[in-house]
Amino acid sequence: MTNSLDEIADANTILIIGSNTTESHPVASLRVKEAVRRGANLIVIDPRPIEVAEAATHWLQPLPGTNVAVLQGMMNHILTTDLWNMEFVDSRTEGFAEFVASLDGRTPEWAASVSGVDAGLIRAAAEAYATAERSTILYAMGVTQHSTGTDGVLTLANLAMLTGQIGRPGTGVNPLRGQNNVQGSSDMGALYDTLPGYRKVNDAAARTALAQAWGVADLPAQPGAAASELPDRIMAGEIRALYLMGENIALTDPDANHTRKALTRLEFLVVQDLFLTETAAFADVILPACSWAEKEGTFTNTERRVQRFYQALEPLGESRPDWQIIVELSARLGYPMPCASPQAIMAEIAATVPQYGGIAYERLGEAGLQWPCPTPDHPGTPILHREKFARGLGRFSAVTFRPSAELPDAEFPFVFTTGRSLYHYHSGSMTRRARPLAEHRPDAYAEMDPATGSAMGLQDGDLIRVTSRRGEVTVPVRLVPGTGSKVIFMPFHFREASANLLTNTVLDPVARIPELKVCAVRVEVAQA
Amino acid sequence: MEILLNGTRVAVQPGQTIMQAADSAGVHVPRLCNYPQLKPSGACRLCVVQVKGARGLVAACTTPVAEGMEIETDSPTVADARRDVLDLLVSNHPLDCFHCEACGDCALQDYAYQYGIKEGSYDGARRQVEVDDRNPFFRIDYEKCVLCGICVRMCDEVMGYGAIDFAGRGFTTLVSTPYGVSLDDSACVFCGNCVQGCPVGALVPKSQVGAARAWEMKKVRSVCPYCGVGCAIDVHVKGNRIIKIEGAESPANHTMTCVKGRFGWEFVHHEDRLLKPLVRRADAPRGAVGREWFEEATWDEALAAAAAGIARVRDGVGPDAVAGLSSAKASNEENYLFQKLLRAAVGTNNVDHCARL
Ligand code: SF4
Ligand code: SF4
Ligand code: SF4
Repeated sequence: MTNSLDEIADANTILIIGSNTTESHPVASLRVKEAVRRGANLIVIDPRPIEVAEAATHWLQPLPGTNVAVLQGMMNHILTTDLWNMEFVDSRTEGFAEFVASLDGRTPEWAASVSGVDAGLIRAAAEAYATAERSTILYAMGVTQHSTGTDGVLTLANLAMLTGQIGRPGTGVNPLRGQNNVQGSSDMGALYDTLPGYRKVNDAAARTALAQAWGVADLPAQPGAAASELPDRIMAGEIRALYLMGENIALTDPDANHTRKALTRLEFLVVQDLFLTETAAFADVILPACSWAEKEGTFTNTERRVQRFYQALEPLGESRPDWQIIVELSARLGYPMPCASPQAIMAEIAATVPQYGGIAYERLGEAGLQWPCPTPDHPGTPILHREKFARGLGRFSAVTFRPSAELPDAEFPFVFTTGRSLYHYHSGSMTRRARPLAEHRPDAYAEMDPATGSAMGLQDGDLIRVTSRRGEVTVPVRLVPGTGSKVIFMPFHFREASANLLTNTVLDPVARIPELKVCAVRVEVAQA
Repeated sequence: MEILLNGTRVAVQPGQTIMQAADSAGVHVPRLCNYPQLKPSGACRLCVVQVKGARGLVAACTTPVAEGMEIETDSPTVADARRDVLDLLVSNHPLDCFHCEACGDCALQDYAYQYGIKEGSYDGARRQVEVDDRNPFFRIDYEKCVLCGICVRMCDEVMGYGAIDFAGRGFTTLVSTPYGVSLDDSACVFCGNCVQGCPVGALVPKSQVGAARAWEMKKVRSVCPYCGVGCAIDVHVKGNRIIKIEGAESPANHTMTCVKGRFGWEFVHHEDRLLKPLVRRADAPRGAVGREWFEEATWDEALAAAAAGIARVRDGVGPDAVAGLSSAKASNEENYLFQKLLRAAVGTNNVDHCARL
């Protein structure tokens, strides 16, 4: 996030796009509710009738895959009605002319024709966002899990810069991260193209500095394979050995059948996990890791806050903390790591990652510290881009709207979209083993509009078969008013009816994120 | 701005309540219905204090401080008033502290002890209510309820669901869902923030029932392992088992959690946990999937096998034939080491995590 969670409560307008906030980030949603109680506008752009949509002052319900069109319609209106922030654009940004040209003809009416959202509503939302003293944007996977996800994120940045709604308290462009340490994994360079601290792998100076710190001659300069590319690279014989730390790709990958096939092609697979997951079943060696409660360390939350967690339990059985296993494995690969404890590892991180330069265990206390925190006396940074952007001037991007890769047609007439439910999480390997959660919400389901459902003679709980070009699942249906007549939704936590047997592997060309949010399916009544 | 608190000069912030000023000065004013994240309600009357010049006693939670205010928080008059309040509450409360889960962690018990209330002096009828065990997350025993309203306000003011409210009047007043349906069938989302706020044993996580006394648990500060909000939590542990999880104070969550953070931890102790390294059996056919193709190994054997497999491909085919996926659930320290292993020990940038999925 560019800003902090608490600031959401002080915003005058909140724009939520592609985030089922109350279910996926419940405690963040409390700030949204607080702001709304104080009279803030709440604009929600989401195809599903989720709780925040129902609480919204403006609910824009686009067809899945048309976010960018709606946002462009809003920006076109802001430009033509002169609601944009000339002072901010002039002093803080560049690339404005090309950006304006890219909105040519992108009127609210055009956006309405693409997305199905009423043009008047697009105008009203644009005005509520542009004219408020403090407007903030919250977004999540509903923006990024598209083949045009990068365009979506760039478009949100355009909107914030156009109106000057960034760099001040209560504003900003704020991704809500899905997993508890996605932010930290990225900060630490667990990425195929960046070293720790977001330095590109082809940055020779950064490579030299790290190589020296790590005591090796050089580091590889070519970007590696993104997670989403692994199955294809394995099938092509380029990647032969895989080391997985706690990832259950046989369930969470799009087109999971393809991933499962790839896993059988590997020469060697090491899986390090708490459970014998669907993925671990393919392994040659399974290393039992312990849970977070059995070790100590730090996580970095979505507002860049580095927080400590302490060891609550002794490791169960012979399981070990992931960091110890990595150290042991590295030594056996001929590269001993001199790390005696998580605290010592953090000291090395502070020495090699500029944003974490001032992070040290003894400083973290109960509130943690928000990076960038470059020096031992730096108080941390709640708000990014205050005086200037990281790169100096903020750069507008000229984006062209592109439809989703796989659109409904006669054979597969529904748009299929996936997401989370409040009571479960990701592959379900944790929540479905937590008895109260499993008891309360034991079963997979698919959501469908009641009108569409009853036209097929369906009632709540009846079984349907959902089929895409890649696979099929049979699952009980839930008829949810407002779903939209062309839309089928499924949470992806359930192994017995895995939504990702259906989803599309087509990637966003820049972020290499698969299009989990949109594919085409057909629906039939299934026999129990 | 300054006030005189129990005879001592104390600096205070304008706009603070007497209770907040006393809290920052380290003086505890007894309270049942106050919770930092909720608006003060002044309902329990336990926080009364004496203010020089004021008529009668005032509620410390709702009265703002004023320059030069002279406050007594524990004068004999104040103590008598508190005893009256406690006497009424205790008279209508089951005195079965022996087997109450809140024993040792109960505001009513603590104050009754402090003010010397052994039993209630009113001997009218005592409220009798069935225990509500219907939802899988927490047990509700309204016989123990002191009607502080924290749960009701939590659900309304903070959560915005209003799943519960006061119902009935006077002696029969109770907290209830509409028509008394199970929370399972109400607007409740089982965040459990009401459970954490309850000052007595009326709301208790089921995982705690019969499992541990308050003083047997050690409380370990942690961070929720689920979503990116990063709620701070306290893990309550007895004998290497988690008994319950509560929200802790951090700017990320201000003591709140959702259902996953509070009630989603049992996977830690699940029977499916892998407790020993496993190595694929020599006679397993290529591509065979499933537990039956593994046998247990020592750590030394498993690590040697893992390293040998990776080294064989690294040295035989090349570093870029090896790839690793780190975890968005692992710590910063672990992610750092993981990418370092791939980059420095193997020599490839084939490292990523599933942030994208
Ligand atoms: S658990 Fe949460 S939602 Fe349910 S009654 Fe309590 S505060 Fe309300
Ligand atoms: S159940 Fe607990 S929190 Fe709710 S009113 Fe009763 S005592 Fe207060
Ligand atoms: S308690 Fe809920 S909102 Fe908080 S970090 Fe955990 S999953 Fe996210």
